[in-house]
Amino acid sequence: MINKFVASPEAALADVPDGATVMIHGFGNAGMPSALIDALIAQGARELTIVNNNAGNADSGLAALIAAKRVRKILCSFPRQADSWHFDKAYRAGEIELELVPQGTLAERIRAAGAGIGAFFTPTAYGTRLAEGKETRRIGERDYVLEYPIHADYALIKADRADRWGNLTYRMSARNFGPIMAAAAKISVVQVRETVELGELDPEHIVTPGIFVKRVVKH
Amino acid sequence: MKKLDRKQMAARVARDIPEGAYVNLGIGLPTMVADYLPASDKSGREIIVHSENGILGVGPKPAPGAEDEDLMNAGKEPVTLLTGGAYFHHADSFAMIRGRHLDFAILGAFQVSVAGDLANWHTGGADAIPAVGGAMDLAVGAKKVLVMMEHLTKSGESKIVERCSYPLTGARCVDRIYTDLAVIDVKSDGLHVVDLVEGLSFEELQRLSGVPLKRLASAA
Repeated sequence: MINKFVASPEAALADVPDGATVMIHGFGNAGMPSALIDALIAQGARELTIVNNNAGNADSGLAALIAAKRVRKILCSFPRQADSWHFDKAYRAGEIELELVPQGTLAERIRAAGAGIGAFFTPTAYGTRLAEGKETRRIGERDYVLEYPIHADYALIKADRADRWGNLTYRMSARNFGPIMAAAAKISVVQVRETVELGELDPEHIVTPGIFVKRVVKH
Repeated sequence: MKKLDRKQMAARVARDIPEGAYVNLGIGLPTMVADYLPASDKSGREIIVHSENGILGVGPKPAPGAEDEDLMNAGKEPVTLLTGGAYFHHADSFAMIRGRHLDFAILGAFQVSVAGDLANWHTGGADAIPAVGGAMDLAVGAKKVLVMMEHLTKSGESKIVERCSYPLTGARCVDRIYTDLAVIDVKSDGLHVVDLVEGLSFEELQRLSGVPLKRLASAA
């Protein structure tokens, strides 16, 4: 019997090694899997490469992971915010490497990884400093920049409901990066508000099918 | 002359958004346009606001106490969903942007060049922490890119420039500029003044702008 339910966030993340690439779902706090991030901090893995749209807000979640000095590098589109003080401090101290990626390119690089795409051309950032040093090509009437997928060892995701096969639904704009990160990571770990019996999720409404999900924790 | 304040600028932009348009509003001044777009318009004009984080049909701010942390706009402010609205994931959201499905992106700017280059993400300061968000995708993706900004910097320099001194968000991407002084179309043969605030002459605008402007026959 397939059963992806795991007893606790700690159990779900026990095998994360130092140096892992970890995608963290969420746009600001919407969709941020706080219980999983807390468990990752407690677990102690270091030298992590983190993929998220932002670089942490205030003192909890991703900001706490950065404050605990577990992050070597971050790929994101919008690190600088009014309450990104832990990132700002680490960045200015040279303790954290930043790869700044336009938001749509970030989403597409994650999607490409999950979809088995080797690289893609996007018009975004052509002629700007974020395209410096990158291969470009004129296709038809437009200029494009070559971008590569972002693969991850783990994705930490917050969803709304899940069944034991790992089928997921989300809630409102907390869906954001969840579906594409689930597909892009070798091991996707999902924190959900509610677990349900197989068959309770309407197949027409399942957003992330369980094939993209390895572990589910209710929290 | 009567400079427009920020609310008047937002109302001026909103006036030009037609029925049925799909629109993305940038953070800051452009977000204020939402207050003047009719979900509530007596005329029944329907306009659908897109938010990068996966919403079509963004509605007004919720009543105090009715905020939901799972329902935010791209500026991470609480919003509501209009009847008929939809949620989707980030790759779909940017497919809408990059795939040329959005009719308008309304963006703030530090500078716009006469060629329509846009600079709005980075002041270029060595110490500045860069952050770009969805600006570069919107700049190349929307069918029309509308910029809203004050015409002049605090020290009185024109923000419409021959060549942007700040790092670019996108090259040759701006279609129209709305400022507190004028509305200006960016065309292949230069900048065309569409509208001037009350009491401002074309010659005075030309003097303040410092880049060549063309006068539209219909402009005062």
